[in-house]
Amino acid sequence: MSTVEFERVSLRFPHSSQPAVEECSFSVESGQLVVILGPSGCGKTTLLKMVNRLLDPTQGQIRLDGRDIRQFPVTALRQRIGYVIQQSGLFPHMTVAQNVAVVPRLLGWAKERIRERVDELLSLVNLPPHEYRHRYPAQLSGGQQQRVGLARALAGDPGLLLMDEPFGAIDAITRGKLQEEILRLQRQLKKTILFVSHDVEEALRLADRILVMQKGRVVQFDTPFRLLTQPATPFVRELLGADDMVRQLSVLRVETAMAGIPHNHKIQEGAMIRPQATLRQALSLLLRTGAAALTVWEDGRAIGVLTLDHIRSLAMLEGGSA
Amino acid sequence: MSYLLSHPGLVWQLTQEHLAMVGMTLGIAVVLALPLALLIHQVRWLALPVMGILSILYTVPSLALIILLVPWFGLNARSVVVAMVIYTQVILVRHFCVGLRSVEPAILEAAKGMGMNLWQRWWQVQVPLMLPIVLAGLRLAAIVAIAIATVGAKFGAGGLGTLLFDGIAQAGRYDKIWAGSLAVGSLALLVNTALLSLEWAARRG
Repeated sequence: MSTVEFERVSLRFPHSSQPAVEECSFSVESGQLVVILGPSGCGKTTLLKMVNRLLDPTQGQIRLDGRDIRQFPVTALRQRIGYVIQQSGLFPHMTVAQNVAVVPRLLGWAKERIRERVDELLSLVNLPPHEYRHRYPAQLSGGQQQRVGLARALAGDPGLLLMDEPFGAIDAITRGKLQEEILRLQRQLKKTILFVSHDVEEALRLADRILVMQKGRVVQFDTPFRLLTQPATPFVRELLGADDMVRQLSVLRVETAMAGIPHNHKIQEGAMIRPQATLRQALSLLLRTGAAALTVWEDGRAIGVLTLDHIRSLAMLEGGSA
Repeated sequence: MSYLLSHPGLVWQLTQEHLAMVGMTLGIAVVLALPLALLIHQVRWLALPVMGILSILYTVPSLALIILLVPWFGLNARSVVVAMVIYTQVILVRHFCVGLRSVEPAILEAAKGMGMNLWQRWWQVQVPLMLPIVLAGLRLAAIVAIAIATVGAKFGAGGLGTLLFDGIAQAGRYDKIWAGSLAVGSLALLVNTALLSLEWAARRG
């Protein structure tokens, strides 16, 4: 797990009148999945590429685990950050196993350890190793390629993953599956993830927090729920509110909207829900059970509550702007 | 045919001379063409003038070019090799450039983003991916060199062309002319096949 901090970071490309990224400051907590969201050309990919120094800021400082990233040798920095790009960027002349083994090989791992790691990772992303190990990227579907891309990024066990519109070129059904996989891996591996997307639904579905960008600036950095209920600017409201309410409820997770447990809270039988469930599922449970509040339940203990008011506060604001 | 069979020693020696010229040419030509290709790959506006000059040089008849080079390099294999190097540049530089361009920038950026240094990116990603195209260029250059090396006999460079020019000089020695033609043709075919199979092997990965 890693933390990432941006401190007044700007980047101006030579011969360009506008800075691509301007005065961006924010910090990402360890283990969080942050989606960088914005229309094309807003600087989100530029922002991402500064973290592994594919681009260098013209001003400001970026810190990884509290250390200025310029203090690391650049290849060592990149080897400890997983990187996934659109259409996977797999090396077409290498097999799946060789692709996944790239970073471990750069890190100088022993052959046996690399082989074990490759098999472990392919299993993790649901590609049976014996079946896929020796295939070439061209022999895989887009979704499978992206799974290999993910396995490759995870190979060196980085604390931080950078994902640049990884599912942009993938059909809707496969994309949905891959998004679930990301959430599962995130829970399982507790990586810090920076995920660039221009797809609002994807952002709402995946993010612990969303960083909304507009013209190179950070407009708002907050939880999906708060972005929907308290948009900082009309731009944010428009960006997030374009889709209809029911769809938003069906992608927002309970854990992003729940509140802390009040001291007088009584757990009601049957009115319990997983934090990963969607608000839509929560809503139907509330309606079906008639409970005042749902207890959010994980690993045998209550971690929060969700009431109809929470959901309504979202619905009303959105209803008002529609 | 009978000449080939009755003089295997001589034909073998001429073939070796021929191959030596071609081999040396390709070695020097690759060493020159690669940096040139890298240069015009980086500095795009240079591509047009450089390729233009190389193309113009390619149109000069080989006999004329070698004659022009003799004052500098002497009446021997050196002039011929220099001429062949000049001819093969246009082929090699063009193929190297196409090869360099054929590798998707996204793939190279992925390699960079994963922490490969310049050297590793070059040998582990760029070279294997452009290899089939580079080998295709090398094959074409080899064929052109084999053909031009034949003219070399006129300039004291030896090689299989000797048979042809002897045959013409000794009016009516069709056996020598046939032998020379067959030998050069077979050599070209053989080299072509060898390089082509390398190319296929590279393509398969």
